[in-house]
Amino acid sequence: MVPLSWYIILSAVVFSIGVIGFLTRRNLIMTFMSIELMLNSVNISFVAFSHYLQSMRGQIIVFFVIAVAAAETAIGLAIIIAYYKNNPTIKVDEINLLKG
Amino acid sequence: MEMETTISLLDIRPLVPELTMICVGLIVILLDLIVRKKEVVAIVGIAGTLVALYGTYKLYGFYEPQSAFSGMFVLDGYSNFFKLIFYLNIILTICISFKYMAIEKASFGEYYALLMFATTGMMIMASAADLIVLYLGLELMALSTYILAGITRKRQRSNEAALKYFFLGAFSSAFLLYGISLTYGLTGTTNLREIASALQTLDLNGSPIMYLGLIFMIVAFGFKIALAPFHMWAPDVYEGAPTSITAFMSVGPKAAGFAVLGRVLFGAFAGMQVQWASILIPMAVLTMAVGSIIALAQTNIKRMLAYSSIAHAGYMLLGVITGTTGGLMSTVNYLAIYLFMNIGAFAIVIMLRREGFQGENIEDYMGLSKSHPLASALMLIFMFSLAGIPPTAGFIGKFYVFMEVIKAGYVYLAIIAVAFSAISAFFYLRVVMYIYMKDPKEEVVLTRSPSMSIALAVTAMMVLILGIFPSFLLNLVRYSILG
Repeated sequence: MVPLSWYIILSAVVFSIGVIGFLTRRNLIMTFMSIELMLNSVNISFVAFSHYLQSMRGQIIVFFVIAVAAAETAIGLAIIIAYYKNNPTIKVDEINLLKG
Repeated sequence: MEMETTISLLDIRPLVPELTMICVGLIVILLDLIVRKKEVVAIVGIAGTLVALYGTYKLYGFYEPQSAFSGMFVLDGYSNFFKLIFYLNIILTICISFKYMAIEKASFGEYYALLMFATTGMMIMASAADLIVLYLGLELMALSTYILAGITRKRQRSNEAALKYFFLGAFSSAFLLYGISLTYGLTGTTNLREIASALQTLDLNGSPIMYLGLIFMIVAFGFKIALAPFHMWAPDVYEGAPTSITAFMSVGPKAAGFAVLGRVLFGAFAGMQVQWASILIPMAVLTMAVGSIIALAQTNIKRMLAYSSIAHAGYMLLGVITGTTGGLMSTVNYLAIYLFMNIGAFAIVIMLRREGFQGENIEDYMGLSKSHPLASALMLIFMFSLAGIPPTAGFIGKFYVFMEVIKAGYVYLAIIAVAFSAISAFFYLRVVMYIYMKDPKEEVVLTRSPSMSIALAVTAMMVLILGIFPSFLLNLVRYSILG
């Protein structure tokens, strides 16, 4: 039986990898993947808590999170493609039209 | 194990306004295929919003706070007042965007549908009594506004605004989820009222993990409200997005963010007021400082108004920090006033936009009073109100927030806020100075339309009326929150 704390530590580690990836990666797709990593780390902790507390609520939230993440991915990729059509780059450093 | 819950068809009744908005939004998408004139689509959108407003008004007639879906969704005075703000926000936004979107060549039916979906998301946020519903409402609002920011998809600046808004928004919602998961793990529930009682019974008010969860949630709301240090996206997005959308999202998501902030902090974490005030106080001071000081250096009026909206978020946050009902009321009052003055100012910015001319530089306003005295006078009113000069409504908003802050014993915060308010007067009055005291560089032609005139008349009237007779709004807020 794996104790709860292991899952929570796993979730925290994956979340931190996501945050660090988001902040340091210079490629839009990698940044995107970091956000997915963060969302999925949250799913791990929800399911672990749900099992530990013997309550269904956490697993229900996970379904909502997965559904919303799918919608988010669709919209995010659409926005990236709309951007790419006008300015073919996915390097974060080159997206600097708006500043000041 | 959790209780057996039953959901009956009657639960749908408190949701009627939201369902109306969604249905009309879908009708708008279909109508867009049939009708060639986009004005018709926009008018259907306004009509649908008015129907939803009527629904909210009728449901509020029952007066007693109602809850549905086993306490996940509540309909009370607090949520209804915020819904009123959202309705006015979308109606005024549609009024100012008729002509503008045609000039931007982005007059799509989806534009109006997405405005309605975003408003529905905000309404769900205001009514959320459960963290799951709160998250879903927030995402519905956020996903719609990401698209709206980039709806002029031929313009690279708009693309970039949408991209930045999307990435930082998605990043912040992951933080919200992590905060929710920690709260859920510790308290075993996501219902705000049950969280409050679990914090008492399990004695979690001093728990560091709970504190961490609270911080994560405040970070996520801070992103939506554009509080420093989570404001970086706001100037870029406000500048790049179509101006009507800038007006829409400088009021709507901010108000929705404050609605959930008030609901979560006052509803679920009331016992941890000392802890969350200690996080929010430095954030509020930093927000006011960043907003007022960086705005001084701006040459683009949309960017300047973006920093101004950051500063205003700082003032509004002061009311929340007090932790008293009076403080929350002063914040809500400020939001309602901010709606009118901010949309009014953006309406003038939109009027300067015409075919082949952006009209976004502050220098474009030079000598506007010579050629357009009425529009100049309106801009003067809005700028005075944003600066907080009596007898405009902006003064009343600030006055009540500062009074509540002093009442709650944070005198130093009130002094800091007044100081930054004085600094911010400089950049608002600079616009007025350009309008009245400089000679025009080139002829400015304003783009007029009847709906724009209506929006300007309503906002300017409200700014003046609420400035001279503030008791009407104050009583409405008090009645909504205290019952």
